[in-house]
Amino acid sequence: MRSQAVDHIALLPLYAAAGTAVLALLADLFAGRRPVTVAVTLLGALATAVCAFAVVPANPTFCATGGCSWVPTSSAAVAAALFAVLTAGVLAFSMPALRLGAAPAGEYCFLLACSMTGGVTVSYAGDLLTLIVGLETLTLPLYVLAGLRRFAPTERPSTRPAEAAVTFFLISVVSTAIALLGIALNYAATGTVHLALLGPAPVPFAALAGVGAALLVIGLAFKVAAVPLHAWAPSTYDGAPIPIAAYLSTASKLGGVLALAAIVARLDTGAVLSALAVLTMTVGNLVALRQSRMVRLLAWSSVAQAGYILAALAMGATGVPAALAYAAFFVVLELVAFGVVVALRPATLPASAGQSGGTSADFDGGTFGDYRGAARRHPWLGAAFVLAFAGLAGLPPGLAGLFAKVSVVEALVAEGWIWLAAVVVVNAVIALAYYVRVAALLYTVPAQPGIAVTDPALVYDATHPRLPVSRPVAAALLAATVVAAILGFAPQLLFDALT
Amino acid sequence: MYRDYLEPAWALPQVLLVALLAVPALGAIVVALLPAARDRQARLVATGFAAVTFVLSIATVLSRQMESGWATYGDRVVSPLLPWAEVDLPWVPALGLEFHLGVDGVSYPLIVLTGLLTLLCCAYTVKKVPDGGSGRALAALLLVLEVGVLGTFLALDLILFFLFFEVVLLPMYAVIAGWGGPRRRAAARKFVLYTLAGSVLLLLGVLIVVTGAGTGDLVTLTGSTELSRATQCTVFALLALAFAVKAPLWPLHTWLPDAHTEAPTVGSVILAGVLLKMGTYGLIRVGVGVAPEGAEWAAPVLGALAVAAIVAGSLICLRQTELKRLIAYSSVGHMGFVLLGIATLSITGIQAALVGNVAHGLITGLLFFLAGTIKDRTGTGSLNQLSGLRETAPRLAGLFAFAAIASLGLPGLAGFWGEAFAVIAAVQRGGPLWITLAAVAAVGGALTAAYFLRLLRQLTHGPATPAVRAVNPAISRVEWLAWAPLVLLTLAVGVVPALVLDGTFQPLTTLLGVRP
Repeated sequence: MRSQAVDHIALLPLYAAAGTAVLALLADLFAGRRPVTVAVTLLGALATAVCAFAVVPANPTFCATGGCSWVPTSSAAVAAALFAVLTAGVLAFSMPALRLGAAPAGEYCFLLACSMTGGVTVSYAGDLLTLIVGLETLTLPLYVLAGLRRFAPTERPSTRPAEAAVTFFLISVVSTAIALLGIALNYAATGTVHLALLGPAPVPFAALAGVGAALLVIGLAFKVAAVPLHAWAPSTYDGAPIPIAAYLSTASKLGGVLALAAIVARLDTGAVLSALAVLTMTVGNLVALRQSRMVRLLAWSSVAQAGYILAALAMGATGVPAALAYAAFFVVLELVAFGVVVALRPATLPASAGQSGGTSADFDGGTFGDYRGAARRHPWLGAAFVLAFAGLAGLPPGLAGLFAKVSVVEALVAEGWIWLAAVVVVNAVIALAYYVRVAALLYTVPAQPGIAVTDPALVYDATHPRLPVSRPVAAALLAATVVAAILGFAPQLLFDALT
Repeated sequence: MYRDYLEPAWALPQVLLVALLAVPALGAIVVALLPAARDRQARLVATGFAAVTFVLSIATVLSRQMESGWATYGDRVVSPLLPWAEVDLPWVPALGLEFHLGVDGVSYPLIVLTGLLTLLCCAYTVKKVPDGGSGRALAALLLVLEVGVLGTFLALDLILFFLFFEVVLLPMYAVIAGWGGPRRRAAARKFVLYTLAGSVLLLLGVLIVVTGAGTGDLVTLTGSTELSRATQCTVFALLALAFAVKAPLWPLHTWLPDAHTEAPTVGSVILAGVLLKMGTYGLIRVGVGVAPEGAEWAAPVLGALAVAAIVAGSLICLRQTELKRLIAYSSVGHMGFVLLGIATLSITGIQAALVGNVAHGLITGLLFFLAGTIKDRTGTGSLNQLSGLRETAPRLAGLFAFAAIASLGLPGLAGFWGEAFAVIAAVQRGGPLWITLAAVAAVGGALTAAYFLRLLRQLTHGPATPAVRAVNPAISRVEWLAWAPLVLLTLAVGVVPALVLDGTFQPLTTLLGVRP
């Protein structure tokens, strides 16, 4: 028996990603200095992105009869590059925390790079098993990262990060088991795992295949936090460090969307997905209205955003381009939003919070009250935040978000799913209520002190020092904002890259 | 060497159209980036950009050609929509979005009105910045609003139209929420949610047209019979709802009084003067233009609602005790006349609507300027505490009386034409329904006179209240500068309505699909 021919050129992005993880570990072992480890990981992530674009016209590899397991397409390259860039961005956002020693730099970088490797695998996966392995590689390091937090000696340790990690772990393992059961049933009915060969099962097994497809979709729906399988998301996001929450709601969600897209393009799951979509966006938006903590709001809003993506996916193959475009626009805007939150929140615990018995874990994202008037101190951060939130709401000046919404609604209308399009646009109105509330809060004049003072502005400045934004965070945020702005004016770049 | 012939021609008209959007956009960026220490200079710069835009908006008329061509189209039932100038660039082919701008007789007066009112508002902020935020941020937002409004009036692509329609939402929210009165947050939120609800319906309607007809090009779609009757009815229902929120048409008007009452003076002027016009313009250009059969189907309902708006607006105004709120409700009545004109689907009616649009922009803009000044100087907008203004501030009282009388539709002033001819168009349309509507609308017109005269008696006559006695009667130069053009144009449009209507006949025949 002849061994399978492997085209190593096509695997280059994977090698780059996995090599990054190994190098990060080695750098930590031999150099042992934080800047070196972080720099190696950043460069590795960027190299992965470059490799992804460099090998676009490669041949599929790991081919068996009828199907290949590694399919380098143009949209796969975009997705892989997005994973790499998101990893680099999240690492940059983590720098202040790493500098303070809130997490061990070597392990942190290694785990993040492993996650990136999983993301790259998901992007190129050509069969269901590679897809699941990729997804697990993407999420497994995140269980640890969500709970990876060292407390300063002066701090009272909190169990919240650990709770977040365990919740996430349990739910995720269960969902993977369900997805695997779905794959198994589908294999039993159709005898195939390759995506290219997936399709309707022969008549006696049609019911079995249907159940398999439904279970697979439900298992993956956990990953994108679709209602009613979303309960883990808000508490996990809020308990995890903010950069990891950003990674969960961008890269991890993108992985789920890619996996779902690969399946719905071949199997008929419209009924399950449209029900999930309606529930997800409606519940996500309605619950987001009631939030008072920033990261929880972002978590619920990202649940709702997943609903719009699911709505496009419910149409099957015709909705996939719109869903992928929406996902790409969404992760960029979401990264900007989280970046602003990272930049506005101090990495250290202020003395006052420590005295009142709080821990840095409670302090992380903060409540809305902590953001009051923040844009008056940091006009640029305020502008980036408005761009991100307007985009998430689908309004100018966040043109990227507007085009995302138009592409989903246009696809729905073109396929005659006008009722679902109507649900999407009604939800856009509900969502605006909380986006605009929070964005306006940043510009609100801060509450006056209770006592009469001659110069309230001076008192305000004294009690609200203008915290410097650390350089890596600022650079990553600037890059993400520029990308969001460019995509807003030239969205065709993305649409072209995805086809 | 043939390439020169293939490239799109960038003649003066095309440059003009793009500059009309680029100049205020650039201005907004420049003004926003100027440091806080140079706030006053920033406002002057904003005024400069607004002035350039105004000049550009007038200059678009230069590209107008002689319109003798339409008669020669022979057998064709309608001549195609012929913009004076257009520019058509691909933007997002994946979504069918083209950057297609154009100007014709229908949009030209509104474009000039937008340029003028933004210029006046920017000039007004140089002197007076309402409390709440920095003056340069307000000026920058005014310029962004101008981009959105001008884009809406210029767009000849449906998705582009939708895009510009949305551009104004957040800046207007920011103007109300940032510089408004005591209950500004609730008012601003109500405004933004209501109008977004309208514009998502617009999105649905627009996308049904684009996917159904395969193009979003208004030049192709206007007067074409590509869409089936059922589709047209669905589309028109969605679009009419969307524009009815924006216009606003009773009973979807409830966001308007709050927004106007709480908004700063310049915000009210822009809101009443140009933002509401986006609704009525959209109804004419997109609603009637793209779905004429749907419009025909919905016309009786639209007409009835418009008349209900006229009567309801007038009756509510008779009971108002707050100055700005009264003017806001009077807008509901005036826009009712405009919508009645559109609902008749006749050339006379739509011309009445166009003139009514411009007249309302001029007169209500002036009224809001004056009301804002009165409110600022007396510290109250409550009519119970305002009386005898002519004794302490005769000039202000005189100007206010002029604006009020223009608004109630005195012949010879701008307000007359729109209201009178809307009623005439309804009568011409004939049939018991339309005659009844015309009669009720005429009664509504009389009620309009009643509440404006009541307002004048209350505000300017009678003994001066303490609040009024303390008023500073002087009118500053900036104020004269801001108000004089509105006064003069109210007179000019009143005497020569052809200023607005010249050049509307041909596009309207296309729009309505009638033989000229």
